[in-house]
Amino acid sequence: MKIKERIDDHPQKTEDFAKSIRKLTLQMVFNAKASHIGGALSMVDILAVLYNEILSLDPSNPSNPARDRFLLSKGHACTSLYATLALKQFFPIEDLNTYSKNDSIYLSHTSHYVSGIEISAGSLGHALPVSCGLALAAKRKHELWQVYCLISDGELDEGSNWESILFAPQHKLDNLNVIVDYNKIQSLGNTNDVIALEPLQLKFKAFNWDVIEIDGHNHAEIFNAFTREKIEGVPRVIIANTIKGKGISFMENNLLWHYKSPSEEQYNEAIKELEIR
Amino acid sequence: MRTAFINQLIEEATHNEKIFLLVGDLGFSVIEPFAERFPERYLNVGIAEQNMAGIAAGLAMEGYCVFIYSIGNFPTLRCMEQIRYDICYHNLNVKIVAVGGGYAYGPLGTSHHATEEIGMLRTIPNLVVCAPGDPFEAKAITTFCCNYQGPCYIRIGKAGEPLVHKGPIEHLQLGEILKIQEGENKVAVLSTGAMLKYVVDFVKDNNIKASVYSFPFAKPIDIEVLAAICKTHQKIITIEEHQKAAGFGSVVLESINDLIEAGSLSTFPFIKRIGIQDCFASVAGSQGYLRQQAGLELHIEDFKCINC
Repeated sequence: MKIKERIDDHPQKTEDFAKSIRKLTLQMVFNAKASHIGGALSMVDILAVLYNEILSLDPSNPSNPARDRFLLSKGHACTSLYATLALKQFFPIEDLNTYSKNDSIYLSHTSHYVSGIEISAGSLGHALPVSCGLALAAKRKHELWQVYCLISDGELDEGSNWESILFAPQHKLDNLNVIVDYNKIQSLGNTNDVIALEPLQLKFKAFNWDVIEIDGHNHAEIFNAFTREKIEGVPRVIIANTIKGKGISFMENNLLWHYKSPSEEQYNEAIKELEIR
Repeated sequence: MRTAFINQLIEEATHNEKIFLLVGDLGFSVIEPFAERFPERYLNVGIAEQNMAGIAAGLAMEGYCVFIYSIGNFPTLRCMEQIRYDICYHNLNVKIVAVGGGYAYGPLGTSHHATEEIGMLRTIPNLVVCAPGDPFEAKAITTFCCNYQGPCYIRIGKAGEPLVHKGPIEHLQLGEILKIQEGENKVAVLSTGAMLKYVVDFVKDNNIKASVYSFPFAKPIDIEVLAAICKTHQKIITIEEHQKAAGFGSVVLESINDLIEAGSLSTFPFIKRIGIQDCFASVAGSQGYLRQQAGLELHIEDFKCINC
């Protein structure tokens, strides 16, 4: 399924944008017989709202010092981020055909060699400490850009995240915005069975964060969470309740799609579903 | 050495506003002058080394030259993956400073003995590994690291190490090997880190006419100078306060092997490596006592060789 640039590939409406991201993600995963489509699909709506309505970015100048910084910590879910960036014209959509192939910079975990990607991430629990460093730098330099860090729920098992969760409120990093893609399934099972995170909202509140819990597929709720007035000196976390594999019925809430790559038949069925929705 | 380090860092920071110091809640009575003078470029991140390394990466991405400071294994082994992935893979301008190299914190036990980190760190691409031998080297290495664009590790001793060099070392170059003395016999002692004073005293006290070189860099090393040393000496003794495996002696051994393979050297010198023999020090003891227990010692017979 060769990925080709089409006229309708750069939709204005966030809803259409999200649909295009899902389609491209599916194509990339199918072409490369890759894993991690479930976690890539669960964060699509968050990416769509961020890149369409929130982030201040210039694809023709991706390292503009005044840009907002978006860091994806769950680097294994890179396909939907690569798709998002391609659709936003950080690089040609055709590049996605090389995803996961020999000599491609489009690795199966985010790579900072890709235009628009701030950091490589593949080992979990790394992007939040780096985001704290970025937010601290902005504070110390009195710059106004924001830091957005999208983490998975499973990676909250990593202690390094909790070091950062203690650190950010202490140093009043209100320019730090963390989004938890709370799809409730991690590598070997449900998060609540592996290492329970609940009550997650209360945990963050106890660590002095500004906590907003939303439906991570409702674009209006996502937008409102990002744009709600900040509490001075308090970092924000958005707990986005999501569905692993969102958008393709047979993938939704199914652990299997943490690993599995769709067969041709499943691929066609999935594409059909995305066209109808 | 740590005093030489912090004084030089303050000196550099007065004319380089990019320098930022993060500490992991350690450095009492060392870091205060920096903190007081440059509060906007200083932060105690708490006892959280993984976070400290990540924060350093973030600050470096925004143009700062970030020093992270703690004791022994804490800013190194404790956050090894952050060093490898966040700092070195992204080739960021972060300098990792560990105080208490080797057995400097002798009686505090194995938790505080930094005796494996050179071996672990020197395998990481992009990372420069430094182990100055006296306060003058510590000062020169600090200046070097402030001006070098990229990740560095600096193993420094504690406080009160004696001076070996006669004066400040000017314009230290990446990988530079420092000649301490040239001997008449054909044995050269190559030392890294704080073993230097012991080596210099040993050859002097025993009236041994050996050459002594200090290696403030364990990676990279000036391969041409090493080749020249090999050509003029028949026996090389390496000494380090570190595990024998993968440490400085291994650097020398591997480098000489590569020189032979490349045809830059025709004969292997005899090489004796002095390092810790795959064990932990599990009793209390001063730095000197633990060095002795670990066999980090020279012997007069080490300097005997055919035709010397």
